Amino acid sequence: MKIAIASGKGGTGKTFVATNIFYALLKNNHSVVLVDCDAEAPDSIGFFRTKIENSFDVVQKVPVIDLNSCTYCSKCKDYCNYNAIFILPPIKFIQVIEELCHGCGACSVACTFGAIKEKPVSLGKVNTYILNGKNQLIEACMNIGVMSPVQIIKAAIKEINYKYDIAVLDSPPGTSCPFIHTTAAADFVILVTEPTPFGLSDLKQSVETLKEMNKKFGVIINRAGLGNNDVYKYIKYENIPLLLEIPFDKEIAALYSAGIIVSEYYSEIRKNFYEMTKKIMEQYGNCGD
Amino acid sequence: MKIAITSTGNSLESKLDQRFGRCAYFIIYDTETKGIEIIPNPNKDVEEGAGPASVNLVASRNVKKIVSGAFGVKIKSLIDSLKIQMIVLKETDKTVQDIIDMLNK
Ligand code: SF4
Ligand code: SF4
Repeated sequence: MKIAIASGKGGTGKTFVATNIFYALLKNNHSVVLVDCDAEAPDSIGFFRTKIENSFDVVQKVPVIDLNSCTYCSKCKDYCNYNAIFILPPIKFIQVIEELCHGCGACSVACTFGAIKEKPVSLGKVNTYILNGKNQLIEACMNIGVMSPVQIIKAAIKEINYKYDIAVLDSPPGTSCPFIHTTAAADFVILVTEPTPFGLSDLKQSVETLKEMNKKFGVIINRAGLGNNDVYKYIKYENIPLLLEIPFDKEIAALYSAGIIVSEYYSEIRKNFYEMTKKIMEQYGNCGD
Repeated sequence: MKIAITSTGNSLESKLDQRFGRCAYFIIYDTETKGIEIIPNPNKDVEEGAGPASVNLVASRNVKKIVSGAFGVKIKSLIDSLKIQMIVLKETDKTVQDIIDMLNK
């Protein structure tokens, strides 16, 4: 089964949860895969001492226009949904704006003068690592300046090729395309939030999006004890399962920012993460893998 | 010569719009005829590619200079290769008329 860990904004403890679930399952002899889908700032793998296994570029095909064959008919521009082709026929000017191109190939189909060739452009990398010979860690890494990490995220999820009981997907923050493509691949989504007004407003947005997607999900409240009760009232009212509360604790925060898996030191926390995940597997795990 | 000024409104008393691609209006001023043309920006709310679409709009009207608050990185080289001059004005309280007066000096 695949579980995505998400939060409305960065910094709520999403990576903390993802890495600790991974570790807790590992310690309990499960085969686990961790996929860091936060391609703009992947930071999950660094918590584990692993060796890189493989690394490859995710490429997209971008059109190249042959100015000798182009008749400036504008058909390619009309076919492009993303304003990625700039053309001014009166002055015989045409240019592809690569940053806007989605590599859909429509312009090549449109051109009946054979003026469009394609060239590969790298969007980013997928890196895979192996832990203890059987647990795979996968990292989506977007190149700076690329418009959207979606293609890299998809390629990273597709790279899961070890047998696993649980695949943990560390989702990108927010509720836009990168979030949607990550959570769409999961059987269950864990939303990590804080009991603060900001946490609540972000949580509401994520909940609305997941409801529209018909996803099953639950909430982990991180830094419990801070803020107020509004998050609790909201999830009770919405009937959303409260999966776990992680108390606000200076020591936990200090270990985490030092790049240490807290579950390694606090067996209590490890046990909580393990039992929570086991429950999720029992309740929601029978839908597919 | 034609000059495009990004404007927050449809009159010469309107303030300069700081955004190029998503400005509310383009006001095109012709230094020879002193005529002006006011064009509502159709690319104001497009999801992607407002910049290039707006460059297309002004370039197809033979504009040689654009006055705005900021130009996106994606379109600077495009505007350069079209040999259009970019004038960046950071003061927001200037009206389109003020800018035309400046250009006529
Ligand atoms: S490949 Fe698609 S997005 Fe890219 S320029 Fe061609 S039509 Fe536009
Ligand atoms: S469709 Fe082909 S010929 Fe027509 S403008 Fe585009 S590249 Fe040129």
